[in-house]
Amino acid sequence: METSTDELNATGDDAAAALSSADRRADKLRSAARFFSKYGIYFALILLVSVLAVISPPFFTAANLIDILRQISVIGILAVGQTVVIITAGIDLSVGSILALSAVMAASFAHPGQYPLIVPLIVGLGAGLVCGALNGFLIAKSKLAPFIVTLGMMTAARGMALVYTSGRPVFNLSNAYDTIGTGYLAGIPLPVVIFVMVILGGIFLLHYTRFGRYVYAVGGNELAAKVSGINTEKILIYVYILQGVLAGVAGVVLSSRVMSASPALGEGYELDAIAAAVIGGTSLMGGVGTITGTVVGALIIGVMNNGLDMLNVSSYWQQIVKGAIIVLAVLLDKKSKGKS
Amino acid sequence: MTTPVSTNAGGQREPVLRMEEISKSFAGVPVLHDVRLEVKRSEVHALTGENGAGKSTLMKILAGIHQKDEGRIYLNGKPVDIRSPREAIRFGISMIHQELYPVRDMTVCQNIFLGREPYSRFTRVVDRRKEREETRRLFEEMDIAVDPDQKMGNLSVAEMQMVEIAKAVSCSSSIIIMDEPTSAITGKEVAKLFETISGLKAKGIAVIYISHKIEEIFTICDSISVLRDGRYIETRHAREFDRDSLVSRMVGREIKDLFPKSKAERGLVTLEVEGLTQNGVFDNISFKAHKGEVLGLSGLMGAGRSEVVETIFGFRGSDGGTIRVNGKEIVMKSPADAIRHGIALITDDRKTKGLNLTASVRDNITLVNLKAFSRFGQLIRLKKENETADDEIKKFRIKARDRYQSVGTLSGGTQQKVVLSKWLLNDPEIILLDEPTRGIDVGAKAEIYGIISHLAETGKTIVMVSSELPEILGLCDRVIVLYHGRISEELERKDFNQERIIKAAMGNPDGATSLNKN
Repeated sequence: METSTDELNATGDDAAAALSSADRRADKLRSAARFFSKYGIYFALILLVSVLAVISPPFFTAANLIDILRQISVIGILAVGQTVVIITAGIDLSVGSILALSAVMAASFAHPGQYPLIVPLIVGLGAGLVCGALNGFLIAKSKLAPFIVTLGMMTAARGMALVYTSGRPVFNLSNAYDTIGTGYLAGIPLPVVIFVMVILGGIFLLHYTRFGRYVYAVGGNELAAKVSGINTEKILIYVYILQGVLAGVAGVVLSSRVMSASPALGEGYELDAIAAAVIGGTSLMGGVGTITGTVVGALIIGVMNNGLDMLNVSSYWQQIVKGAIIVLAVLLDKKSKGKS
Repeated sequence: MTTPVSTNAGGQREPVLRMEEISKSFAGVPVLHDVRLEVKRSEVHALTGENGAGKSTLMKILAGIHQKDEGRIYLNGKPVDIRSPREAIRFGISMIHQELYPVRDMTVCQNIFLGREPYSRFTRVVDRRKEREETRRLFEEMDIAVDPDQKMGNLSVAEMQMVEIAKAVSCSSSIIIMDEPTSAITGKEVAKLFETISGLKAKGIAVIYISHKIEEIFTICDSISVLRDGRYIETRHAREFDRDSLVSRMVGREIKDLFPKSKAERGLVTLEVEGLTQNGVFDNISFKAHKGEVLGLSGLMGAGRSEVVETIFGFRGSDGGTIRVNGKEIVMKSPADAIRHGIALITDDRKTKGLNLTASVRDNITLVNLKAFSRFGQLIRLKKENETADDEIKKFRIKARDRYQSVGTLSGGTQQKVVLSKWLLNDPEIILLDEPTRGIDVGAKAEIYGIISHLAETGKTIVMVSSELPEILGLCDRVIVLYHGRISEELERKDFNQERIIKAAMGNPDGATSLNKN
């Protein structure tokens, strides 16, 4: 800023030339700022990984990195759905509870020799779908705030999971069911494979389909979307259904990985999912956000947890660091956007 | 640059404000370069220029919202340094912003005393009675008919503006900056505003008036300063300018004809509205619009004009009446129905109804028409979409870096072109325009008038709501005037008469002929 004005004065007799050079420099500056605001989060991840690789050699091994991916897969699946919800200027607090309800319902149909594998899957995803649809209808049709509706669902779905199991975990699951969470495909854990599929599906949906474009339109300006002939209520309902089904997927993955389904599964996961989306640049105001950003956000959380574990930092301290990172990420995002 | 400043007719009074060699850049981009401004006591001083000329930035520097990089500011001959809006107010400078942000849930008098509440001497709590009494006295003096205990949110835009001005007066301001004060008010309210401005002048207050409406500037202002591309052009006495010379100074080129009237033949009736009613808003609205015709809807703010076009478009429900498109009766349940029948609505408020500001130019342009760019109704054909977006950017001369720039970072005129492009992309037959040029600069206005005329020439049906009479008179083939939700006048172009339209908009107060065609 200073330099460009100085330059203008210095070459006073050739102001036009100076102006254009200042223009060019300012252009460069702005495109650099844009580049940073777009990819800053990626640099942060690379920096974090590099630092940990240097100070803790066992961190940067294939086995550990795959482990990190497996650790974040459940939160990651929820975070993909959460991103879509937050882009519509909404929020879904109920995903952790829906996860638990889906898990216990699916698990109860997954005892050995009982039903084919497809049955517990349909039950689990179906439970998520029904809860998501209820969220969506209440939000779209009754015009209730997403925060309130999903807060209610968060409490109620947890309650349903407790009622359904009388508060006891569901044990004794079939091998086929357990394989979902513990198996491998070409050396990669199945939860990671499922997570990657959800990511690719999410990217495809948001960036290559009309539905995805409408999601951004509804979140960016619901009224303008309506005037443009978009059935905004339908879009909202579908978005919450999608999130419900993904919570169901996450429930199946988590219960099959731990080989039991407790009604207390996934407590607090909704906040981690929101944190991943927000760190990844999704705006709570709506209209802004990407799946890749969210994945990086989830990776940052995962890498940091794992790295601090390796450095023997207590999990209490880890929470403090995580909290700081969430606020810092949004602050940096806001700063870089404000400048460009 | 040493353009001579013409001496004021009023005499050798010391100017209340002198700004000299003001320069300002944002992130390395120069916005103001060596700008100066001199404003005298008791004068209404117009600050004019196209959008992006630097008017608002200069005024925000004066109001302490932005900090200048270079230059000097003198108040009554004394150099001052204005570092925050709070300091500006202490120096006697108040700004009435284009978009007002009052605390809507507080009362009028609470808003007036916001941040400087009078305290009762003994109890140290806010002295509500004093607030109310002071406000009442102030309103009486300024002839403002607003209840001080009313919630701010219940006031009309014009009333809020009056309250803001009253607040400025109560802060004993010597300079009041008004940024586009008439962009959201009409008719009587403007007259009332001008009366108030005259009152301010009489008190010795200087008013700096930013407006895109040339007629207004000549009605109310004593002197005019022109900025262009962040540079000072000149200051003159208002009567030394005329309309054309002022516009050409602002744009730096001659604008021969702002209103290129099309010579389209009036074709078949395409849109027929009969007895359209929305209880309490408008009543029994009937008209026919033809191919190749620009039909104007005039009237005061709140007369129901926007509501009529929004109802035709299916954005609002109706309580009766029929809408026929090409002779076929259609029930408009939602905008999607209207779009399907070849109707477009270019809404009055870009920011709230027209655009998704966080999305890119491309995403906005193709939103209405996305289905046409999709395989199997869902998969977007990005290549085709990108090509179309680039074509549109070229066609409408949309000043954007590229198709991915977010619309929120564009100027008002450019945004409006994005709105036009968005709606014209699917080649609608009937185009409803609601205040198509509100808050945009002269150059962009001329371009948009050109587009509207061209559309009529190519056989489109155009229904245009406008509060700007010159626009109605210049562009329309026929005008319908609404008053309190009813049609109070209908005139053909050959019978256009400014006075008659204004009277009809005020309900023909002196009992002139009122007509309600069927």
